[in-house]
Amino acid sequence: MAQLELFIQTIISGFLLGGLYALIGLGMALIMGVMRIINLAHGDIMMIAMYIAYGLFIFLGIDPYISVFIAAPTLFLFGVGVQKYLLTPVMKVESILPHNLVIMTVGIAMVLSNLATVFFTGNYRSIPVNYASSAWYLTDIWKNSPIELSLSMPWTLSFVIAVIITIGLWIFLSKTDTGKSIRATAQDLDAALLMGVNVDRLRNLTFGLGCALVACAGCLFIPIYYLYPSLGKQFTNIGFVITVIGGMGSTNGAVIGGLILGIFESVTATYIGMGWAPVGRFAIFIAALVFLPGGVASILRRKRLGK
Amino acid sequence: MKKLLPLIIFAILLIVPLMGLSTYVMHILILVLMWSVIGMAWNLLGGYTGQVSFGHAAFFGVGAYTAGILYQHLGISAWWGLPVCIVVLTVLSLIIGFICLRLRGAYFALATLALGEICRVTAENLVDFTRGNLGILIKERTWVEKTWFFYIILLIAAGTYIIIKKVIESKLGYYFVAIREDHDAAESLGIDTTFYKTISLCLSGVLTGMAGVFYMNYMGYIDPSIVFPLYDLSITAVMVVMIGGVATYWGPIIGAIIMVFLAEVIRSLPQIGAAHQTIFGIILICIIIFLPNGIAGGDYLKLWEPIKNRWRNKGTSL
Repeated sequence: MAQLELFIQTIISGFLLGGLYALIGLGMALIMGVMRIINLAHGDIMMIAMYIAYGLFIFLGIDPYISVFIAAPTLFLFGVGVQKYLLTPVMKVESILPHNLVIMTVGIAMVLSNLATVFFTGNYRSIPVNYASSAWYLTDIWKNSPIELSLSMPWTLSFVIAVIITIGLWIFLSKTDTGKSIRATAQDLDAALLMGVNVDRLRNLTFGLGCALVACAGCLFIPIYYLYPSLGKQFTNIGFVITVIGGMGSTNGAVIGGLILGIFESVTATYIGMGWAPVGRFAIFIAALVFLPGGVASILRRKRLGK
Repeated sequence: MKKLLPLIIFAILLIVPLMGLSTYVMHILILVLMWSVIGMAWNLLGGYTGQVSFGHAAFFGVGAYTAGILYQHLGISAWWGLPVCIVVLTVLSLIIGFICLRLRGAYFALATLALGEICRVTAENLVDFTRGNLGILIKERTWVEKTWFFYIILLIAAGTYIIIKKVIESKLGYYFVAIREDHDAAESLGIDTTFYKTISLCLSGVLTGMAGVFYMNYMGYIDPSIVFPLYDLSITAVMVVMIGGVATYWGPIIGAIIMVFLAEVIRSLPQIGAAHQTIFGIILICIIIFLPNGIAGGDYLKLWEPIKNRWRNKGTSL
């Protein structure tokens, strides 16, 4: 029974983690869809959002869940600025290497993570919220249940907010004009241009949106995670592993990819060892590359065509 | 003259250790040579074949660990790593190639980045084999003096230069460049792109691994975070080539000189030292925007154009 209890608990925590991962992956998938590049500064942008949330909590006492509303718009503007003044000029430069944009995002990541080290020092920080260790237990609701399960409160809260944001994004992408043109650009750039989509403006918007999404993820991670300047790299890795599992540039795929990765990581951490969780992450990444190069999105697409 | 230039530089470098330079200067020169080897190796894959890799730390680190493990477990000199690493890295490159070369462009870059990280995490976790984060220490160094280390890395660098020059000027090199310029066109002309990309990857990997073996012998101590770092190795390898000049013979060497000296100067400054990565990042951003083909491959006339145009426009408005 204890085995089963452990297993269900692992799956639950993996699912909650996966919901947050999906938010990181969504931002990256949006940018990848429209810009055809991988934003390797993604995790570092998340790190900045986390420091904003941390600063707001320490100095103004604002709860990290409320600081989503401050961090996301700030990082949106930041993303628009980066796209407008750094990435768009590089698109016009002629060079031998075709992947200048990706190397550019690496440069941005280097600057961000190093500046954070200089300004905030390399210390590990965390926000001492008073609900950090509270949880709901199954036995509270069902007195004589054979197994004992718990649901950590900050994890669940973060997960629920992540789901709300994801649904909001889904409505934005499928119902509004701007959202539709983002999807159109991701599907076929030339056709979108011919249909009168202002692609330059859309690129700014998409990059900003991607940054805002990852900023939300950062704020939601703050109550359950700790914070240090070089954490960005780890989350960038998570982001692109998700996008590869989900299928390049597919938003639906990114959500499923995030959940798969979350559960998989939680299972490796429980049954093999904490240190091997990153290996599990990359193992699933390579498995996806070798066996399912199109990602989850290719399965979804096949099903739709099959109908 | 132009043909003799490499020979002249090689001859000058041969007599450098006899000039009685201080150990610090010799150390810098050795680092420059080591980085030129890594840069030239990266350039073969990234510059000539067009497959940008963010995971050269994997090759470097596995090379270093090959030497370290030979010493640690078999008790033989770590220099045996030089021949052994050829086999190990060919196998590693074939595996990496099998996984990554089915991907193109930026996705290839990502996959190599992930593989570099996999190597680091594996080295951290296989404690019985690699001693994990404790690292491997060579207790008896071959030489205390730097002279012989200098000659060995000089030979490796010269060998790398010759191999790359020969490869690029042969039929193989033209295949590589064809793949970089237009992958589909190359394939339609009957070039087996995956095969030639794998050759390029193997060559690049083995040469980088040589640098890794040398590093193990020279420094005498390695741990996973020293030999598998993302920014300090994989990205620096990209920067060395980007700054020096993509797809040029001398670019990586110029880049290595600039990067090593810059790193030493910036790190020694009292206030700015901690922010050296910021400065490198800004340099990288500026290079990409203004000199996308690096210093050796730069089109300097183009840089003046905006200034010239502005001046001309001012002239007409007056």
